[in-house]
Amino acid sequence: MTAFLVVLVIILFGVAVWQMSKIFELSKTKQTDTGDIASDKDNKVNGYLMIMFLVFLYLLVIISFWKWGDVLLPKAGSEHGSQIDNLMLVSMILLFVVGILTHWLLLTFAFKYRGEKGKRAIFYADNDKLEFIWTIIPVIVLAGLIIYGLFTWTDIMNVSEEDDPLVIELYAYQFDWRARYAGEDNTLGEANVRLIEGVNQLGVDASDPNAQDDKITNELHLPVGRKVLFKMRSQDVLHSAYMPHFRAQMNVVPGMVTQFAFTPTVTTEEMRQEEYVIEKVRNINELRKENSEELIAKGESPLDPYEFDYLLLCNKICGINHYNMQMKIIVESQEDYEAWLAEQPDMAEVLKDQ
Amino acid sequence: MSAHAQDVAVDHHDDHGHHHKETFITKYIFSQDHKMISKQYLITGIFMGIIGILMSVLFRMQIAWPEEPFTIYEIFLGKWAEGGVMDPSVYLALVTIHGTIMVFFVLTAGLSGTFSNLLIPLQIGARDMASGFLNMLSYWLFFISSVIMVCSLFVEAGPASAGWTIYPPLSALPQSIPGSGVGMTLWLISIAVFIASSLMGSLNYIVTTLNLRTKGMSMTRLPLTIWAFFVTAIIGVVSFPVLLSAALMLIMDRSFGTSFFLSDIYIAGEVLHNQGGSPVLFEHLFWFLGHPEVYIVILPAMGIVSEIMSTNARKPIFGYRAMVASILAIAFLSTIVWGHHMFVSGMNPFLGSVFTFTTLLIAIPSAVKAFNWITTIWKGNLQMNPAMLFCIAFVSTFITGGLTGIILGDSALDINVHDTYFVIAHFHLVMGISAVYGLLAGVYHWFPKMFEGRLMNKNLGYVHFWITAIGAYGIFFPMHFVGMAGLPRRYYTNTNFPYFDDLADINVVITVFAIITAAAQVVFLYNFFHSIFYGKIGPKNPWKSTTLEWTAEMKHIHGNWDGPIPHVYRWPYDYSKLNKDETDYVIPGQDFVPQTIPLKENEDELNH
Repeated sequence: MTAFLVVLVIILFGVAVWQMSKIFELSKTKQTDTGDIASDKDNKVNGYLMIMFLVFLYLLVIISFWKWGDVLLPKAGSEHGSQIDNLMLVSMILLFVVGILTHWLLLTFAFKYRGEKGKRAIFYADNDKLEFIWTIIPVIVLAGLIIYGLFTWTDIMNVSEEDDPLVIELYAYQFDWRARYAGEDNTLGEANVRLIEGVNQLGVDASDPNAQDDKITNELHLPVGRKVLFKMRSQDVLHSAYMPHFRAQMNVVPGMVTQFAFTPTVTTEEMRQEEYVIEKVRNINELRKENSEELIAKGESPLDPYEFDYLLLCNKICGINHYNMQMKIIVESQEDYEAWLAEQPDMAEVLKDQ
Repeated sequence: MSAHAQDVAVDHHDDHGHHHKETFITKYIFSQDHKMISKQYLITGIFMGIIGILMSVLFRMQIAWPEEPFTIYEIFLGKWAEGGVMDPSVYLALVTIHGTIMVFFVLTAGLSGTFSNLLIPLQIGARDMASGFLNMLSYWLFFISSVIMVCSLFVEAGPASAGWTIYPPLSALPQSIPGSGVGMTLWLISIAVFIASSLMGSLNYIVTTLNLRTKGMSMTRLPLTIWAFFVTAIIGVVSFPVLLSAALMLIMDRSFGTSFFLSDIYIAGEVLHNQGGSPVLFEHLFWFLGHPEVYIVILPAMGIVSEIMSTNARKPIFGYRAMVASILAIAFLSTIVWGHHMFVSGMNPFLGSVFTFTTLLIAIPSAVKAFNWITTIWKGNLQMNPAMLFCIAFVSTFITGGLTGIILGDSALDINVHDTYFVIAHFHLVMGISAVYGLLAGVYHWFPKMFEGRLMNKNLGYVHFWITAIGAYGIFFPMHFVGMAGLPRRYYTNTNFPYFDDLADINVVITVFAIITAAAQVVFLYNFFHSIFYGKIGPKNPWKSTTLEWTAEMKHIHGNWDGPIPHVYRWPYDYSKLNKDETDYVIPGQDFVPQTIPLKENEDELNH
């Protein structure tokens, strides 16, 4: 209410000022004045500033890469990821070439052809040849990009049964993730939110024989080198399973099952040994140390040191705690994976204990 | 100039002896005059823009300095900033309303509403819009929808906070987020009213452009501004009703128990009865408007830029027909690319391929436009008025933002940057900043037309421009890095992910640029409001432009021209045209030939 009153007062004040200025206006005589139209001096100053703007833009690009080149994602941890990274590299090189050239043209022209009294602009309204050239060049370049992109996309999205992928369900709810492993039979048991009850938090159909060996976990462990097919299900609102290090993402939609498949190629341990990652982690830990010192000074507990781990994040706005909906992903050898999975209780055991 | 027009047939409009007595209410409030309505649109748009930009400053501060207390939060957010620390729920509300206000209220109504209203009648040579009453209604519906949207900020549980795309189920279920209660209801009502307003406006623009052009004003002699507004209005009529239907279905899902978008939901400890609906359906309906919407925003800006650039370069726009063709191509393609917002939504991957194809096609007409603008300033005699500077900056941001669109439009690449800050950087540059530049260029350029000959102060204009141009890049260029690092958008804080700790300093840099750039807009606001009352009165045609609006009376009168409506004899871009023997301009000593001048003997007729 106070806010509303304040707004009202501001509006009324504005009206008062406006009315007063009307009175001033009526008491003034009018004359024509070209003082606010650009003069030769303005043209010159702004022409030079355009060149400086060009320099600013180039510097911004260089400084950004120099300063922040190390925040980018490390090399892809999945098979298709390196394909995406290649396509990204090709596209980026193209964009930078085009961007740098067109800006050079735009801003040097703005400088070079700045207005002067007596200067005559060229009357140049059309040139079919030129226009044909800059229609056809984008057509060819884009055709190349489209074809390259579509092959990559189809390759990623088409999962054939022949690959014998490991089937894992990713289950999203406000504000956490669960993974359900399909077990020995590699077939997930039926499930529906209507069956959620007690410890059966994912609504798995207890009477389905396929469900008996399913295993529900809080961490996602993946064996290296085997294709994983994620079947995704949401309990409440839209979520998105985003695994940036694997260049993988798919929305999780209530009422349907979405899917995404990839083959992890780099174990968590190997990724931690990557030079780029070591450097990045060292940098992050330095920052955390600095921040911890401030916290300690304030009498609060310091931050834990950081160690690299793959992440699953929620990337579709899903509610208040959207910003903290994450799950750790661990990629490991087949043996380690099997050992870990063997420790997890299966559905039959969980439901029996109830 | 009007002397040439006087010897032609007289229509009943030309009789302007009978002036109605105008009261304050009919002149300033319920005005049916297009010039007044355009000013109403602009000032309402600016007011909404202030709210929208202020919101972005608030949430940018939270991103740069997460969970730090600031008194400014307490002042503006009250109970949502206990002890000065921003609450996560209000963070989401701020980003949601910022998006809604900027896209719909500032860049759709404030840009297209203002300049379509001002320029369509003046540049085609009409006394007013086809229906002045409908036009008035359109503004007042827009005003009502703005009031409802602003009111929704003050409701108990908070305003809508499911993102400006309001994807259900989050937007449908108050259990899922507090903002999806009354706040969301008001949001939907406000947008429904907004759509009605937009449709009335658009129909009016289409009819006016088709029917009320003055003698000689063929479609190929229309200034590019009018082409852009005309095509924008068509896109609006085609796509806005789809959003209305989506909004109505969402209202029914929320209040009347239907299941258009809801299915199999377990929330707050109970299973909902809804079965069979699909949130993906909503995404299709939303983006069927949502994508054309970005062209509704950018096309008028493109038209404005083409016109102002040509005038200030003292050169005809390069490739007039190609410019018109690319407007039409963009408009057509814009209705068949919506799926590129949904590559990872769970829709069939084959559709992803189709939408990648159509999306990348849009780059072709866009590239043609960019090259044509660059050629337009080549060998020109550039008059660096503030409006011109914004046009040059528009081309720059449009290219930069457009290029990253090639990444996002490619379904394979979109997988990893979808919904990250890369997207934010992309669309802010290509449609946010670019469209704002178009708006600002238009305000600087046509200010004298709006306020009876007064000019805005150019030096304040230069200060405003250079801070804004540098600040905008300072905000959005580094933001690409944040996105490429894998940081999702709409995160209240990143501190729960030590992995993102190294992004803290980029975020501070971005926020500092954002605050400086927002502060620079105060210079503009001061200049704008001060110049309305104290601006220097310039000549009748201050920018030496060829188009019809500058032949209209400086003093606003109902009907625009005191005498008969001028007739048109040439296209609008005869700048620096030489006579046959190339000794001087067609009109000696004057580097432009207004559209109202008949073809002279000493010039060649060119078919553009």
